[in-house]
Amino acid sequence: MNYQIDHIRELESESIFIMREVAAQFENPVLMFSGGKDSILMVYLAYKAFYPAKIPFSLLHVDTGHNFPETLKYRDELVAKFGAKLVIGSVQDAIDKGMVTEEKGFNASRNGLQTTALLEALEKGKYDAALGGARRDEEKARAKERFFSHRDEFGQWDPKNQRPELWNLFNGRKHMGEHFRVFPISNWTELDVWQYLALEDIPLPSLYFAHEREVFKRDGTLLADCEYIQKRPDEEVFTQMVRCRTIGDMTCTGVWESNATTVEDIIQEIATTRMTERGGRTDDKRSETSMEDRKKLGYF
Amino acid sequence: MNTELLRFTTAGSVDDGKSTLIGRLLYDSKSIYQDQYEQIERVSAKRGEEGVNLALLTDGLKSEREQGITIDVAYRYFSTPKRKFIIADTPGHIQYTRNMVTGASTANVALVLIDARHGVVEQTKRHAIIASLLQIPHLLVCINKMDLVDYSQAKYDKIQDDFEQFAAKLDVKDVSFIPISALNGDNVVNRSEKMDWYEGSTLMYYLENVHIASDHNFIDTRLPIQTVIRPYSDEFHDYRGYAGRIAGGSFKVGDKVVALPSGFSSEVTRIVGASGDQELAYPPQSVTLLLKDDIDISRGDMIVRENNQPEVGQDIDLMICWFDDKKPLMPRGKYALKHTTQDVRCIIKEVRYKLDINTLSRDQEDKEIKMNDIGRIQIRTTKPLFTDAYRTNRVTGSVIIIDEGTNNTVAAGMVI
Ligand SMILES: Nc1nc2c(ncn2[C@@H]2O[C@H](COP(=O)(O)OP(=O)(O)OP(=O)(O)O)[C@@H](O)[C@H]2O)c(=O)[nH]1
Ligand SMILES: [Mg+2]
Repeated sequence: MNYQIDHIRELESESIFIMREVAAQFENPVLMFSGGKDSILMVYLAYKAFYPAKIPFSLLHVDTGHNFPETLKYRDELVAKFGAKLVIGSVQDAIDKGMVTEEKGFNASRNGLQTTALLEALEKGKYDAALGGARRDEEKARAKERFFSHRDEFGQWDPKNQRPELWNLFNGRKHMGEHFRVFPISNWTELDVWQYLALEDIPLPSLYFAHEREVFKRDGTLLADCEYIQKRPDEEVFTQMVRCRTIGDMTCTGVWESNATTVEDIIQEIATTRMTERGGRTDDKRSETSMEDRKKLGYF
Repeated sequence: MNTELLRFTTAGSVDDGKSTLIGRLLYDSKSIYQDQYEQIERVSAKRGEEGVNLALLTDGLKSEREQGITIDVAYRYFSTPKRKFIIADTPGHIQYTRNMVTGASTANVALVLIDARHGVVEQTKRHAIIASLLQIPHLLVCINKMDLVDYSQAKYDKIQDDFEQFAAKLDVKDVSFIPISALNGDNVVNRSEKMDWYEGSTLMYYLENVHIASDHNFIDTRLPIQTVIRPYSDEFHDYRGYAGRIAGGSFKVGDKVVALPSGFSSEVTRIVGASGDQELAYPPQSVTLLLKDDIDISRGDMIVRENNQPEVGQDIDLMICWFDDKKPLMPRGKYALKHTTQDVRCIIKEVRYKLDINTLSRDQEDKEIKMNDIGRIQIRTTKPLFTDAYRTNRVTGSVIIIDEGTNNTVAAGMVI
């Protein structure tokens, strides 16, 4: 008898196990949905974990108001398909209420403001666990994350003092007001995600596939031309075949020159690329430890 | 795409070169992205370092970079045509032993680093003991910084002897040795030109070829129940599925099974897996079992075979590794405990002995178990647990002990 399973199925099983632990250990978990491939993967895994029952988590989208239109369309279709409940945390609201101040200038982005909107949405919904699609291979601070990541009453992460996490025994105990971030796909790489999306034939937002778009170049990164980014006088707009490797909001998501129009093309491209997927994220480039700094405060 | 997954961890004392080795392995196997490399190149230059400090690939936290040590486990991933690897690079500093245990608890292979100048030190022994307690099937002792001892075979042989003498008293099955220089890359991915006296394999060759006779137990059938799936919809009106991850053995449709603790028997009618119905399920698959009879089963229960059952009991002997830096283990103290999907409370009935790290002797006089101590204890739980010895099953043989005041995980425990 051959009892071997390949690594993709092993990762799938691990993620399903963790989602079921979350449903069992917490009273009111929520799944943070950004519209990117990782959160899409999370929704499909959650569906499998509880089939034929409904996904027992609401989806929380922290909306910067600067989305690619494709993202919102895809999100609404997905929510309808799974009969899930969608909760929206709005950065615009936080700005309007004076909780945060909009950044100004050429590199202005609402990315950092998302943290406040997220923490407020978590508090308002009384969520005690927030499932995220962050992966350890994405970034060096994320490489240090536990599956069950404890957050204090201010939503902060203390990377120097994380709880030990042994075997598959996840300690989700907490005091009033604290919560957990849980990352079921921690061990997946970008390539694993794409191989799985291909294997399972999961539809994806068109942004991931090469298309013609008006773009301009800033600090070596291509950005989509849109009303939310103020261009410098010398920044010229041109048309280019591009695709997104990650999807954040329009102000911080770089696009990549690419001719990959199918999932198979993308797998081929990723297997040979020399750049990380977040290499195009201007939010990560702000300083050496910008992800860690944001995560400590409660970013995704 | 059908590739095997190998999880390995680093171990060894502070500054012995663990992170540098992982960086070197990634670099020489061309698993580093250009932008990552440029980033650590910039940081190294800014810090005034001579070359590119490859340890920065895993030492990603601000405080780690400030102090030049690893504080918490970093996970890195790479693959070769032969295997896919998950690396846990763990800290050597004694203060962060709990993070080393975190990284090591799921590993198939441990790379134990030793600085060739210093040889086997107390922290090397502590980590080797932990690796053996955790039953990591393979230890590869990497004698590092050979460049600083003139690539001397005599030095290497001496350290190998010392380690072997110590390891003879440990429960480890497979130990190999390799002389390396993580800094220069000798015997990491490429063979060293400076040590022609060494005829064994490179680290990469070892990792790609070490035989990982599966880590799972395929004999003793166990399914700890995580949650019961009840759709409450018209379409699936009577559906009642017991969801969990197979912890041992295998289940087939038609198998006679028993639920613990109730002892009721039934028969498996369906196995619903991630890709739909399946005939057979085995570790580490996550599945949902449907049974012929409507018996009462809930989270924390376990489905097993009639003729092969775990120990059911409340008095349990454990080897533990203690993590709490504020409070030692309290004899007669009460703690929360997690085992598979069960949450119970327990009382510490007895500390049987504390292990002396250097001599491996059992100290029955000083039995105070403080941070980083290893010892044997007996506990009594509020409800029966369904356990196997850790030696035979890592899933049903492991527990964590939790301080009920702080909610911190304060110990890892292995059922004897
Ligand atoms: N000469 C020489 N120096 C080395 C070698 N390997 C590592 N080093 C140096 O040893 C120091 C410590 O290396 P690290 O890789 O940070 O050690 P570590 O084992 O990861 O340390 P912790 O994670 O803090 O326990 C650094 O200055 C390295 O450059 C080697 O093979 N030769
Ligand atoms: Mg290190």
